[in-house]
Amino acid sequence: MTALKFSRKHLGIPYGLFMALFVVFPLLLIIYYAFTDPLTGKLSLINFIDFFTSNANLTAMFISLALAILTTAICLLIAYPTAYILARTDMNKNGIMLLLFILPMWINFVLRTAAMKELLFSIGMFKSNKTSFINTLIGMVYDYLPFAVLPIYTVLQKLDKNILEASSDLGASGSQTLFKVTIPLSMPGIVSAITMILLPTMTSYVVSDTLGNGNVTIIGKLIENQFSTMYNWNAGSAIAMILLVFIFATMLISGKFSEEGSQDARGGGLW
Amino acid sequence: MDNNEKIIELKGVEKIFDGQTAVEKMDLYIRKGEFVTLLGPSGCGKSTTLRMIAGFEMPTSGQILLNGKDITNVPPYERPINTVFQRYALFPHLNVYDNIAYGLKLKRFKNTYVDKKGKQRVRVERLSKEVIDAKVSRVLKLVDLEEFEKRDVTTLSGGQQQRIAIARAIVNEPEILLLDEPLGALDLKMRKDMQLELKEMHQKLGITFIYVTHDQEEALTMSDTIVVMKDGDIQQIGTPKDIYNEPKNSFVADFIGESNIFSGTMVGDKKVRFINKVFDCVDDFPINEKVDVVVRPEDVFLADEGKGMVDGVIISSIFKGVHYEMTFKVGKTEVVIQDTIERKEGERCSIHIRPDDIHIMAKEFDCNRYDGYITKRNTVCFADGEFECDVTQLYEHSHLDDEGYLVLENGEQIDLTDVDVKVEVGLKDIEIIDNDEDGDACGTIISIVYKGDHYQIIIRTDEEEEDFVVDTEYVWNENDRVSVKIPKDKIKLKLKAVNQK
Repeated sequence: MTALKFSRKHLGIPYGLFMALFVVFPLLLIIYYAFTDPLTGKLSLINFIDFFTSNANLTAMFISLALAILTTAICLLIAYPTAYILARTDMNKNGIMLLLFILPMWINFVLRTAAMKELLFSIGMFKSNKTSFINTLIGMVYDYLPFAVLPIYTVLQKLDKNILEASSDLGASGSQTLFKVTIPLSMPGIVSAITMILLPTMTSYVVSDTLGNGNVTIIGKLIENQFSTMYNWNAGSAIAMILLVFIFATMLISGKFSEEGSQDARGGGLW
Repeated sequence: MDNNEKIIELKGVEKIFDGQTAVEKMDLYIRKGEFVTLLGPSGCGKSTTLRMIAGFEMPTSGQILLNGKDITNVPPYERPINTVFQRYALFPHLNVYDNIAYGLKLKRFKNTYVDKKGKQRVRVERLSKEVIDAKVSRVLKLVDLEEFEKRDVTTLSGGQQQRIAIARAIVNEPEILLLDEPLGALDLKMRKDMQLELKEMHQKLGITFIYVTHDQEEALTMSDTIVVMKDGDIQQIGTPKDIYNEPKNSFVADFIGESNIFSGTMVGDKKVRFINKVFDCVDDFPINEKVDVVVRPEDVFLADEGKGMVDGVIISSIFKGVHYEMTFKVGKTEVVIQDTIERKEGERCSIHIRPDDIHIMAKEFDCNRYDGYITKRNTVCFADGEFECDVTQLYEHSHLDDEGYLVLENGEQIDLTDVDVKVEVGLKDIEIIDNDEDGDACGTIISIVYKGDHYQIIIRTDEEEEDFVVDTEYVWNENDRVSVKIPKDKIKLKLKAVNQK
């Protein structure tokens, strides 16, 4: 009779099973679909070739990228001064100001976007198709701004005041200190803001659908179309794969900028 | 250092944070090239003073003059003053070279030159890379960290980071170098080495050093001048020798080195009585005046029983490396003695003190005095508390009637409610109670000084910030929350002049 030995390692089994079932297996499925021909079921690169030879697809890719980069840039431009003021002055002494900036994040995303649509409609932004892209951009910035404020605020708040005083002591004026010390030291916050905005904006087609008046197709919408309208799982998986590669690339680049202290900054102070 | 030129002068400088006074109206000047140490316990305002000189804090009132020019409102980056911070405050995103070169790269200076047409022109220039390189490597050599230029500052040890912080400040050739407890985070051995190195650096560079520390030994080792501070006030300014040998009051004596502090009375011309014996001394004070007597432990000499001035018994003896620290008991009083020859616990012997080793200073408190008023219940209110008292002492031969009115000798009835009085309470008449609630007034112990046979404790009340000075045999801790009780008959009342008949 062999006794069943219990070791602490065995506690990991449920997690391992979970990972295998819901992460590894689906990923393998996506890879399988992406590299098989939808008609013959044979191994092929046809899905990728189709994607990169279709003008509509490439346009969607380009628009997604432009939208993502612009949204991120605008969010950072608004969020940095906001976070700086909140972290450095008495304004946010009891955390209420910060809460007001974060609060929209806790209200349903679809509802917020719908409300933004009403707002934009009432000021006449839906009269022409030319404003579709701008509308989508406004919606994206509005939805993702808290994700930029929070990590930057967290980093700025932790910044050692002595270091700023040292800079001033050594002859740097306020703006010199900002560019030579404060911004370089808040890079981890900036990088985590970028990773939290850049990628979701490429796929959150709810915003582009609601505000783009049907004129803005982003990469997330393409995937959705392939799966739920065209029932072409192979093409959809291929696009998902392309996006995945893109995500890894951005992670790699941003990781370079935030070698230190990024782990604790990522995610900010609320979770 | 016989240069008398004042490099920096504080005139009536005061700093108040949210109603709390950190630095009280301070007048201080520092001569060029001096090594000055601001010394005091934590919270005495020494760091705040330094930060005002650096420009990080604006004085609430008063003026700061640098070479005679008012710099009170000049921002830190325009002052020719650099600071070495307690926690180094190096820039973690820059390497050693860039940290040190930070100030040099920002430096701009006006250069006059002659252009092609022969005209004189002025151009604002920055330091060239070669000049910066040379300066950085020179200063790295000075702090013994050559070859460290490319290192990441976060990989350096505490001592190395401290050297970089010093290098980063002195490379700018400031007129004044401020050091805010720069050695606080280092271990003892390293601290001792750095003390000597800093002193050497000061002599080499000829820059004025203003150093802040709570470590009296550090202050004595390094400074030309020591400024002893307490509660935002300067207690004494002097050379290390002066401060050590001639402390102005018992606080300074207690803070600088170890001291025996006794309560004494002047009994004649240069004669003082303490530990039940009359000693000759060199200080002149009026006869019968109550004084504090300070004797350093190393100035008390032991002799065989009957051969010294006062006999007693050794009650403890501890080996301290260089010497033995022994406690000698005379009656109820304990005397701490440092000597290289050990006397065993329980050994009866005698002590001898030389007249010039007896330092006499005016007693700070002989009595607690307050302004108070009488309440309806014939109690007295002062110092955040209400105390029972005997109001009949205000008028001779008076008594209280059943309704609580005071009846004078001639039968006149007076209502004492809200009458202002002067209150006096002796130091020994106040009882300290461990519990917040049980006493008549409560506060926090802000100071405790051992005076030979008793402790002198100062309790500060919360709202009015009045002090109770108490002599007690029992030891308490600083920052303890306590309350005080005063026996009814120990409260001496006097009518204020206006009401006096």
